[in-house]
Amino acid sequence: MRREGSPFQGLSTVFVKELADHISSIRMLMLEFLVVVTAMAALYEAISTLRQNTAEDPFLLLRLFTIDRAPLPSFVAILGFLIPLMAIGLGFDAVNGEHNRRTLSRILAQPIYRDALLMGKFLAALATIGISLAALWLLVIGLGLIFLGVPPGGEEIARSLVFLIVAIFYAGVWLSLAMLLSIVFRSAATAALVSLGIWLFLTVLWPMLAPAVAQAIAPADPRYALLGLNDPATAVWTQELLRLSPNDLFGEAMLAVLSPTTRTLGPVFLDQLRGAVMGAPLPFGESIMIAWPQTVGLVAGTIILFAFSYVLFQRQEVRA
Amino acid sequence: MSDQSSHSRGTAPDPVIAARGLTRRYGATAVVDAIDFDIARGEVFGLLGPNGAGKTTTILMMLGLTEISSGEVNVLGFNPAREPLKVKRRVGYLPDAVGFYDQLTATENLAYTAKLMGLARAERARLIEAALSRVGLADVASKRVATFSRGMRQRLGLAEIIMKRAEIAILDEPTSGLDPQATLEFLGLIEELKAEGVTVLLSSHMLDQVQRICDRVALFKAGRIVLMGAVPELAVKVLGAGFVVEVEAEGPGIARRLAMIPGVTQVETLAADRFRMTAERDVRPDAARAVVAGDGALRRLSVDEPSLEAIYARYFQTEATGDVRHAA
Repeated sequence: MRREGSPFQGLSTVFVKELADHISSIRMLMLEFLVVVTAMAALYEAISTLRQNTAEDPFLLLRLFTIDRAPLPSFVAILGFLIPLMAIGLGFDAVNGEHNRRTLSRILAQPIYRDALLMGKFLAALATIGISLAALWLLVIGLGLIFLGVPPGGEEIARSLVFLIVAIFYAGVWLSLAMLLSIVFRSAATAALVSLGIWLFLTVLWPMLAPAVAQAIAPADPRYALLGLNDPATAVWTQELLRLSPNDLFGEAMLAVLSPTTRTLGPVFLDQLRGAVMGAPLPFGESIMIAWPQTVGLVAGTIILFAFSYVLFQRQEVRA
Repeated sequence: MSDQSSHSRGTAPDPVIAARGLTRRYGATAVVDAIDFDIARGEVFGLLGPNGAGKTTTILMMLGLTEISSGEVNVLGFNPAREPLKVKRRVGYLPDAVGFYDQLTATENLAYTAKLMGLARAERARLIEAALSRVGLADVASKRVATFSRGMRQRLGLAEIIMKRAEIAILDEPTSGLDPQATLEFLGLIEELKAEGVTVLLSSHMLDQVQRICDRVALFKAGRIVLMGAVPELAVKVLGAGFVVEVEAEGPGIARRLAMIPGVTQVETLAADRFRMTAERDVRPDAARAVVAGDGALRRLSVDEPSLEAIYARYFQTEATGDVRHAA
């Protein structure tokens, strides 16, 4: 018993309408303003630092993304913090907003499936974030050209493009989460508060809690403590727990891609580093390999959360 | 069903909607409980009943917007559970307290749904304009919907159905919350739809309006259709007789003359010159003739049309005393 017709009928219509709504909305304007201003501040600091110690660095452009000078965090760290905010801002009232405006049953009475509505909304919000991030990315490269005066190499562009793509999937995780909550909670305010709560927990509290939880699961062996070393078991647990947070995954992936000298993201034994030329950059492909699991984690998170939303939305009652 | 005569009426020519044993359960409770009905092409069919009686759920099942627990419904020859797109392409739905995107204009709102309907770009603008002028919103077409009153929103919802050129229009509580003027205008629009041959399904608890425009009604109670048929039929069944005629006349032996008119079941004498007759049909011409023939002076002749309100009240009243089937 298959249903007739394509689930994607009307998808492009919903997509275009939602995209237009997002791009012209005051909410998006405010979010973009916030992101651009803080990102520019970080960039300004990075540029002024870079100009002082002139470059033997072959990856000058990438340093723009990663250099931090107190009190400001790096450009990437700021984005890691603000992208979730943008995604939540675009997703928290996606479905319950239609309910509350009482437009949902009218739209669903048109010859489309619910799939098209949900997918269209998701893709439109993701495209909005993608457009903003791409603009920001161009801005960074442009500013780098103007102030540093060094044309970026092909590998730098490739690495920064990977940054852009991973950042969009990172936004996708938060967008799926926000949309899931917009289906679960009928009130947009509740959905927004819960998403922001989860965001704060994962970005601020989880990094503090994870080591404590790791200590409880794998207490440090006192012999390591006597030698003044960390117990590798505890360190591994800490890292695994931290990786439950998409922020950490994004941070690690960016570290691998944007700092070409990164050889590993986890704790290593000294003998594993035998023969390594410390400080030498890895080739592009190798860096991608290091960032691959984290990237896949973000993509999987996006898909799983979206699948949950999809199932819930299909089963939800239309009536207000 | 309690209602054989309306049933035979219902299966009559060319049913566009046919439900058989249609049921929707939430857990153990049946919100819609094994209902059967047929709606003929071109008729205006009213769904009546208190809130929570299952009217909206029935409508949503016809559109494939909620699951059918058991039984089946057939809309224009399609099964809405399996072929919802075909059904929704041909059926217009105006939900209870319809909403629009406030930041968009009336035209933009309709353009969005027109695209979802898959109307060709070339005819979209023309259809939207025609629909808006039909419902009298042409001069506010480029105003944002945020400024619209409740009545204007309802009319915009109807414009959407007109634009869709729907064969069936399903209107859920279309006049609730409208002022009398807006209600009248809206009912006029529904009658225009009917004149064009659109089948209209209307849910409401505004009984007098339903009576004014509906060819047949179905009375819902706790998920079941307890009465179905044309209003005069129901009146005969529930009230015992359809018409109550009041006569004000002077003359000898009027009460006796009135009682002799065929079809009159009862004559009450209210005052020396006022009589109330209960009859199975409209007996006003006969009453006038009777008074004049008896050399009486006829002052006033009025009829209380069989009112749905009376039927509704009487039905639920007799229901409460446990005497339903024999009310007639």
